[in-house]
Amino acid sequence: MSAEQSPKIVIVDESPIRAAILEEGLREAGFTQIVHISEMQSLLARIYAVDPDIILIDLENPSRDVLEAMFQVSRAVRRPIAMFVDQSDSSSIQASVEAGVSAYIVDGLKKERIKPILDLCVSRFNAFAKLQEELERTKSQLEDRKVIEKAKGILMRVKSLNEDEAYVLMRSTAMREKKKIGEIAQSIITASEMLK
Amino acid sequence: MTAPLRIGFIPLVDAAALIVAVDKGFTAAEGLEVELVREVSWSNVRDKLNIGLFDAAHLLAPVAIASSLGLGHVKVPIAAPFNLGVNGNAITVSPALYAALMEEIDGDRFDPLATAKALAKVVSKRRKAGADPLTFGMTFPFSTHNYQLRFWMAAAGVDPDEDVRLVVLPPPYMVDSLKSGHVDAFCVGAPWNSIAVDLGIGHILHFVSDILVHAAEKVLAVRQTWADKNPDVVAALTRAASKAAEFIEHAENRTEAARILAQPERIGVDAEVIQRTLDGRLKISPDGTFRESGRYLLVGREGAGRPDPVQAAWLYAQMVRWGQAPLTPDGVKTAKAVFRPDLYDAALGRHQPAEAPAPFGAFAGPAFDPDDISGHLEAFEVGRWKA
Repeated sequence: MSAEQSPKIVIVDESPIRAAILEEGLREAGFTQIVHISEMQSLLARIYAVDPDIILIDLENPSRDVLEAMFQVSRAVRRPIAMFVDQSDSSSIQASVEAGVSAYIVDGLKKERIKPILDLCVSRFNAFAKLQEELERTKSQLEDRKVIEKAKGILMRVKSLNEDEAYVLMRSTAMREKKKIGEIAQSIITASEMLK
Repeated sequence: MTAPLRIGFIPLVDAAALIVAVDKGFTAAEGLEVELVREVSWSNVRDKLNIGLFDAAHLLAPVAIASSLGLGHVKVPIAAPFNLGVNGNAITVSPALYAALMEEIDGDRFDPLATAKALAKVVSKRRKAGADPLTFGMTFPFSTHNYQLRFWMAAAGVDPDEDVRLVVLPPPYMVDSLKSGHVDAFCVGAPWNSIAVDLGIGHILHFVSDILVHAAEKVLAVRQTWADKNPDVVAALTRAASKAAEFIEHAENRTEAARILAQPERIGVDAEVIQRTLDGRLKISPDGTFRESGRYLLVGREGAGRPDPVQAAWLYAQMVRWGQAPLTPDGVKTAKAVFRPDLYDAALGRHQPAEAPAPFGAFAGPAFDPDDISGHLEAFEVGRWKA
């Protein structure tokens, strides 16, 4: 795809990581003209300056309403239209809304050219969501580990146990009470603070 | 029991009847299981309602009409069996603009014609001085805020498209934008005006009830096809919202209602600020001046809950006046058909409206006649509409 043919794509996203993931995917797919906007204050002015064919925006971004105003500005030379204008393709609309991405397309761009871009956005957005979920899980595991270490120290001190014994005690308690070991550790810390 | 209803809302005080209906158990009493989903933009609410991810939504009345008309977006006919709020917006201006207006004002500070004339003078002075035009924030192209700001300033000859700049801003960004000087004023619903005043960066210039005595604001919106297929659910939802509205309007319940609305997953601001809105007693200046009005926000009282098709026709007339929609007989019909007093009456078992619909009481122009929109619009000098 040559530069002349490649549509100009603007990504409006306050998350730099997700924007980068999206941009990388688009470049791999041969789209060369991509601009990322993360600053919301002067959003419309920036978009007019770039004059894109396609605008991609995260659905969690309140500035979507700002973009809607573009449909109203009669003085703008090129008027974008909403992706939802074509009601025939309801499954891809649903997929994109569920993934959390919306696209605005300037009138005149052919539908065949939009579909692969949208599909790519949907899969990248879903991949990002999965990544974030994993990150959250790792974070909470790390948090758990810190709490467990602290509780272990308390048990060792108060009950004169060695490290392994303290851990086994917490684990067996957790199993008996059908709780996570992190929760048991947290209650040990809370209790010891109350008894100070 | 079927799957729970998913209902979208924007964190604003005029979602009160919907939120209280769910959180106080009025929907459960009707046998409905409801999941309220907080949203960040009107575009999201509209799209998710349109494609069926939401069964119902708290929606700007003009967005519901635009959706039925297919303006700016896909055409999805909407039905509104309940009016969630009447009035409730305010115009807030920066301290600098407030001072400039008060310097020019000739007459009562709460008289919208007097303030609009003062604005015209400020605008012309700025132009002579070569200053940038004033910028006004509002929430959406198809919003009451947009039309109310325009109606107000145009009454004194200020052309909202030529003499000032009108920009769309998401409500949570309004206060920051006023603070940073990105806008000089804004028109928005509660609680954002009060928050600007509390921060000492804004003065509430007008309650919207100064401009229009009775203006439909938000509706409970469903897809028309969905309403046709689920008449019992629509009726139950309407009854629950109506009971919640009644609950909120009893002064002794206000504190509880405000507490429900203040929850972080609902509106998520101080209960005290929300109660000011419900009570219609607002701090309007950073110096602590309060202003009280029985018309600030109507949730159910004075027949506010019953959708009035004349209100829909008035909103359509504003779309025509400002060049968003052509004036056609079909357009008027479609707009009026969004507001469904028949569904409201059926749900509440009434055959006659309890009260006659309130008139607009617009501060400028002739009385509104839904059957003669072109005649009505001709009375206004400023506008994008050409007969």
